[in-house]
Amino acid sequence: MNPLRLVRARPGAPFTVTFDNREIQALPGQSLAAALWSSGVTAWRTTRGAERARGVFCGIGVCFDCLVTVDGRPDQRACLVPAAPGAVVRSQAGTGHDE
Amino acid sequence: MSERRPLLAVIGAGPAGLAATVAAAARGVRVMLIDSAAEAGGQFYRQPARGLGARRPEALHHQWRTWERLRAGLDTHVDAGRVTHLSDRHVWCVERESGALVVHALLGPRQTESAAVRADAVLLATGAYEKVLPFPGWTLPGVVTAGGAQALLKGGLSLPGRTAVVAGTGPLLLPVATGLAAAGAQVVALVESAGPKGLARGARAGAAAPAKLAEGAAFAARLAYRRIPVMTRHAVLEAHGVERLESVTVAALDADGRPVPGSQRRLSCDTLAVGHGLLPHTDLADGLGCRLDGPGVWVDAEQRTDVPGVWAAGETTGVGGATLSLAEGHIAGRSAAARLTGRIPDPDGWAPAARTRDRLRAFFTALDAAYAAQPVRWAEQVTAETVVCRCEEVSAGAVRESVDALGAGDLRTVKLLTRAGMGWCQGRMCEPGVAGVAGCALTPARRLLARPVPLGVLADAPTDPPATP
Repeated sequence: MNPLRLVRARPGAPFTVTFDNREIQALPGQSLAAALWSSGVTAWRTTRGAERARGVFCGIGVCFDCLVTVDGRPDQRACLVPAAPGAVVRSQAGTGHDE
Repeated sequence: MSERRPLLAVIGAGPAGLAATVAAAARGVRVMLIDSAAEAGGQFYRQPARGLGARRPEALHHQWRTWERLRAGLDTHVDAGRVTHLSDRHVWCVERESGALVVHALLGPRQTESAAVRADAVLLATGAYEKVLPFPGWTLPGVVTAGGAQALLKGGLSLPGRTAVVAGTGPLLLPVATGLAAAGAQVVALVESAGPKGLARGARAGAAAPAKLAEGAAFAARLAYRRIPVMTRHAVLEAHGVERLESVTVAALDADGRPVPGSQRRLSCDTLAVGHGLLPHTDLADGLGCRLDGPGVWVDAEQRTDVPGVWAAGETTGVGGATLSLAEGHIAGRSAAARLTGRIPDPDGWAPAARTRDRLRAFFTALDAAYAAQPVRWAEQVTAETVVCRCEEVSAGAVRESVDALGAGDLRTVKLLTRAGMGWCQGRMCEPGVAGVAGCALTPARRLLARPVPLGVLADAPTDPPATP
């Protein structure tokens, strides 16, 4: 069983977003966090202090662990931002403004 | 405006907000339903995104028929022009301005622009968020909140990992564990720190709310059917891994709430869904000057706050589940509609909802006591290196030092000395953990803004003319 089968989903056509130069598949309507998790990616940020890996934590827009750079804009919350075809997603280091 | 019917702004489209919207719209007021999500439903009725084409979304839900009724009611009122549903609006402030209430909301997922709505009254149905107490390893990728795991699953049909441990305390862990298992994850264990005695006490309290007792029995059956081992009076002591979660250590707790020596066990897993109960979202109410009662917003029998023109319903007034939220929302919507159209509300009209409310409030008070009855000395297990404030990376050692060496005696001083709670989330995730590690009382923080707001938006705010749609 998988979640798509459980709810008998017939998703729209999958599309790709790039994450750190590799292509990952996303389904229409999925948040970036859901698309990344579905592709087996759990970490997409390193913290400002100890440079520790972080990914999604609260999943509902309360914490800020899942920050990511989307199309050149840092500090986007992956759990809130919908995956869009062709989006360029990059892991975020520190504040996201260092580069 | 040709017809000046009063306008009620309902903030939050979960069970309480939806029930309030439908009840108020049916009684002669216009309703502006403002919500941060793309679709109505809140966390409880979070839907798979439309593009995912779920033909059987109820497989991941409870009380689906109630949702269908609510949605049909909402659609009817929207079609008739009585309700406007503004989605993707993140309300960051409500202020009073010459007799009206102005609701400011950031737009869309990027949240860089703000818009304002002017209303005659406001109904706060802002729900709750998850409390997670820190432990070594809780910042590792692969550790998510129980509600977060559920949100990824319900909304994105994405399973957070293949082998999961669900841990912490509280009733939310049950649907999370059974939901993950139904969707194909191997749930290695459900680790609940309350003990069977406490839970039995909760079950006795359930005698006053038979539907709740039946719900508990149904979950027990589902856990057994999915072969999910349940470890009561156990806790996760540590999460292990380098770049991501690989395993957790669990231990039995003794009568004093300390790990029983020799009871430690390692469980391999790639996901830990963890939660220790819920906390009401009270920032907007607090900003308006509403009195809080414990962690939630104080309301009277009509669900009015002590600030004129402001009602509150659902988890924001105290955590108690969807059925209680529906009852409170219904009462609040009817009361607001009556008062806004110059009538005195008749409580007899909502007597069944009031009975449900009273019964469920009593039940959840007893349930909370049952979960809290047996001590869990989690703070003693938090090592000095453990990060307690995730945003600012403040360690438990730094928090303890602020108390022991620098004399901090309250959360605010700890914050000033360590920066714990000063980061992006403004203490929403770390407040209970910092308080526990510091040994301070947990007092709800005062946050001027309910969400982080770009400075450009604040600079523009005074010239932003509030529209009355």
